[in-house]
Amino acid sequence: MTIDLNQVDRPNSYIGKTVPRPNARKLVEGRGQYVDDVHLPRTVHVAYLRSPYAHARINGINADAAKAIPGVLRVFTGHDLKDVCTPWVATLDHLKGMKSAPQHALAVDRAMWVGEPVAAVVAESRAVAEDGAAALEVDFEPLPVVADMETALDPETPVLHEELGDNLTFTRTHESGDLADAFASAAHVVEETFHTGRHTGVCLEPRSILADFNRSENQLTLYAATQAPHMIQSSFAKHLDLPEGKVRVICGDVGGSYGIKVHIYPDEMATAAISRVMGRPVKFIADRLESFTADIHARDHRVKARMAVDSNGKITALEIDDLTGIGPYSVYPRTSAIEGNQVVNLCGGPYDLASYKATTTVVMQNKAPMCQYRAVGHPIACAVTEGMVDLAAEALGMDPVELRRRNLVPDDAYPYTAASGMKFEGLSHHASLDKLLETMGYDDLRREQQALRDKGVYRGIGIASFIELTNPSPFMYGIGGARISAQDGATVRMDPDGSLVVLSGVTEQGQGTEGMLAQVVAESVGVPMETVKVITGDTQTTPYGGGTWASRGAGIGGAAAFRAGRALRDNIIQVAAAMLQSTPDALDIIDGAIKDRATGEERMPLAELGRIVYFRGDTLPKDLDREMVATRHYITSDYPFAFTNGIQASLVEVDVETGFVKLLKHWCVEDCGRVINPQLVDEQIRGGIVQGLGGALYEECVYSEEGQLENANMADYLVPMASEMPDMVIGHVETPTQESELGAKGAGEAGTAGAPAAVMNAINDAIRPFGGRVTRMPFTPERVLAVLGKVPDPDGR
Amino acid sequence: MSENGFAHEVDVTVIVNGERVSRRVDARRHLVDFLRLDVGLTGTHTGCEHGVCGACTVQVNGDVVRGCLMLAAQADGAEVWTVEGLSDNGSLDALQKAFVERNALQCGFCTPGMLITAADLLARDAKPSREEIREHISGNYCRCTGYEAIVDAVEMAAGTRAGATQAGGGSQ
Repeated sequence: MTIDLNQVDRPNSYIGKTVPRPNARKLVEGRGQYVDDVHLPRTVHVAYLRSPYAHARINGINADAAKAIPGVLRVFTGHDLKDVCTPWVATLDHLKGMKSAPQHALAVDRAMWVGEPVAAVVAESRAVAEDGAAALEVDFEPLPVVADMETALDPETPVLHEELGDNLTFTRTHESGDLADAFASAAHVVEETFHTGRHTGVCLEPRSILADFNRSENQLTLYAATQAPHMIQSSFAKHLDLPEGKVRVICGDVGGSYGIKVHIYPDEMATAAISRVMGRPVKFIADRLESFTADIHARDHRVKARMAVDSNGKITALEIDDLTGIGPYSVYPRTSAIEGNQVVNLCGGPYDLASYKATTTVVMQNKAPMCQYRAVGHPIACAVTEGMVDLAAEALGMDPVELRRRNLVPDDAYPYTAASGMKFEGLSHHASLDKLLETMGYDDLRREQQALRDKGVYRGIGIASFIELTNPSPFMYGIGGARISAQDGATVRMDPDGSLVVLSGVTEQGQGTEGMLAQVVAESVGVPMETVKVITGDTQTTPYGGGTWASRGAGIGGAAAFRAGRALRDNIIQVAAAMLQSTPDALDIIDGAIKDRATGEERMPLAELGRIVYFRGDTLPKDLDREMVATRHYITSDYPFAFTNGIQASLVEVDVETGFVKLLKHWCVEDCGRVINPQLVDEQIRGGIVQGLGGALYEECVYSEEGQLENANMADYLVPMASEMPDMVIGHVETPTQESELGAKGAGEAGTAGAPAAVMNAINDAIRPFGGRVTRMPFTPERVLAVLGKVPDPDGR
Repeated sequence: MSENGFAHEVDVTVIVNGERVSRRVDARRHLVDFLRLDVGLTGTHTGCEHGVCGACTVQVNGDVVRGCLMLAAQADGAEVWTVEGLSDNGSLDALQKAFVERNALQCGFCTPGMLITAADLLARDAKPSREEIREHISGNYCRCTGYEAIVDAVEMAAGTRAGATQAGGGSQ
């Protein structure tokens, strides 16, 4: 039996409606339970001594003074843990030629970046553990530092891992069409170099783990703030030499993640290894200062781009040369080559391009490791592409909207294979563009801009079309050999009172996963949402799954829950038909009761059915199946990824005297397929936009030539705060994926994907009368003034 | 008292959420750690421990205070309210309802501090403008929401939200 999801006036038609998240009330009352709120008997605390050098030999560690401090229990070095926890090498088989070096939980003999954990001090409290770490005497011998990615491959640059031969982690070139011909015959060729600043996630809850190894059961229980409990289970089991079944990961409330909490971190692995040695709970809660050097960074790219257009405004070619420095190790197990690979896959994505060539070069250096962070590669690809489109429009003397109209893949062209090789099932670039222009009042804004410019007020309008990769299949990681599930599952159970329990492999970090699952299951079974309880984040009880990344929670986890709900519904109706001497097709479940499908007459509440099944099963036919529980899984198979699309616009005002950029308004129209909860989707978009604005305007991990991170605190590393952020208008076009009954694609990263490009184009639109152009993020006042010729270029160009 | 005459531990008595709490604590104990570790009030969170993010915001003698910038010893004799107490006595009810309805929280880690800061604003100015709301909460970091929903929710609680209270915000 199918459900018409477009029919929204039925009882329990929650899909498509804004309903509050069931788990929000506890959070506003401070009753969430984050890892640091969990207290186990005999817990000890660990603090890590981190390398103050970007590259140094560790000649010795003297722990005598540390051990003498009352309350300090143990000190561990890399040598102490290297036999407890095996090193890992983060490569993926499908990324041809990729290489990295073995990484230990604690540095063994050599530290490779400022912030790498070198020794662990275990104490009765975190404060005493920090006292102990401060008392450690480490004989560091500084080694030559490879900081600049531009020279990482030069012959005179030291090779960081001798056994690898050079500092190249990965390179890939994709080429299609006849580039040489396109550039030779172009009416205009535009060129530019873009830099996206290295930044980090700054989750308000720092990374947290409480590891509890119970020797009597050979059981490791990890209370972890993570997006991917099963991946954590698998990785920790492997490197601590435990059967997967002996590692349980429990993930309660998580204080933000955005891709930061989906990786294997050496300090977290060390914490579990120490628990294994000590046989008692060990808690590690990163503090903010160490988070800046120990969390993954992202987005450090230099991209050279060339674009050819003909005289009709048709883009005929795009050429991309991407360089990125990922730190001294590829991050486990997703690897640090994915971001560069995404740049290759995503540049030019919204456009109908005849020829395209892109190369990424991924190099190693002595900075914090980089890896996947919200909208992996998208903000880079989008900024470069959209920056080039605006440059081409300027060269043609054409309105940037008109140039996009002439080049966006037509809405009736799907299925469509892009020049990058990416396959699109169905996108809506033109419908989204039309809706955006109408929503923002584009023509009026242009008139206002001109009128204000005559008064010396410099406003700019920036547009950015984008695609977003969501709902990944095993083509993302599984084919490369990583034990990261692309499939996800859900179990739905009806209890005697007719209430439902949903167990899901996708996880909640605040985006509303549990609310979404409750909506989907309530509708697919036919019960009031308040009778549905959702449980996520426990590898021992939930179906095996991938967790939350690549915007897969609704599209994959929701699709599995929808199927499980339908299966349970069928089971319930089967039993009801036997009880009521009816047939399944004559019955329905509506509002928590069995009803006659034809008349709508209530036949039996689910609570009565539950009572009989659970307590008076003797009254039912002996051979009747009475499974009040169903599990279903979902995996995408027709397409490697479900791409979404959208378009953003930014309105800014640039103070050409101070270089300050004021964000006046932001718009986004996006198409994530079927919208399950409009409010949750809108807030994902808004939060994502602001995260993108942070990278565009404020956030940068500033390194010295010696590889020192110079702004590793929240006073110096700026993040978006309320007073600087604009109001954002969000709109939708819905092109459901045909792959699942639910039709949902992902929405979590679209905001971040397009916002930096939109604001960059807006700034450049504002300052166009002056001839300068910003292309290096973040667009600080100093950089804006530099391109206006008012101050020296802080980047020395 | 240590050999050099510097006290490493101090006795404090604090009225926390209306209840008298007496503990002997490290002299260096921050108020937020005192609340979380010594009193068990985990609703107050530590986000940066250097006074920037606002996650540890609590009320001390009626003022909004960062729990990471005040020592427990300094709170001796003070009246401290946390999100737990302010929830139990209903002080935050209108804001909490608005935050839930407007989805003005995602991960919830900043939310207790944000609510206490917003309540402080509404206590001073019952009808703040959007700009005043943004300014007042600009010391409270939220990575999830992008702030707009929070501003909307504070407006809703103040009864000043224009265009009724469509829960979807500015969605088209």
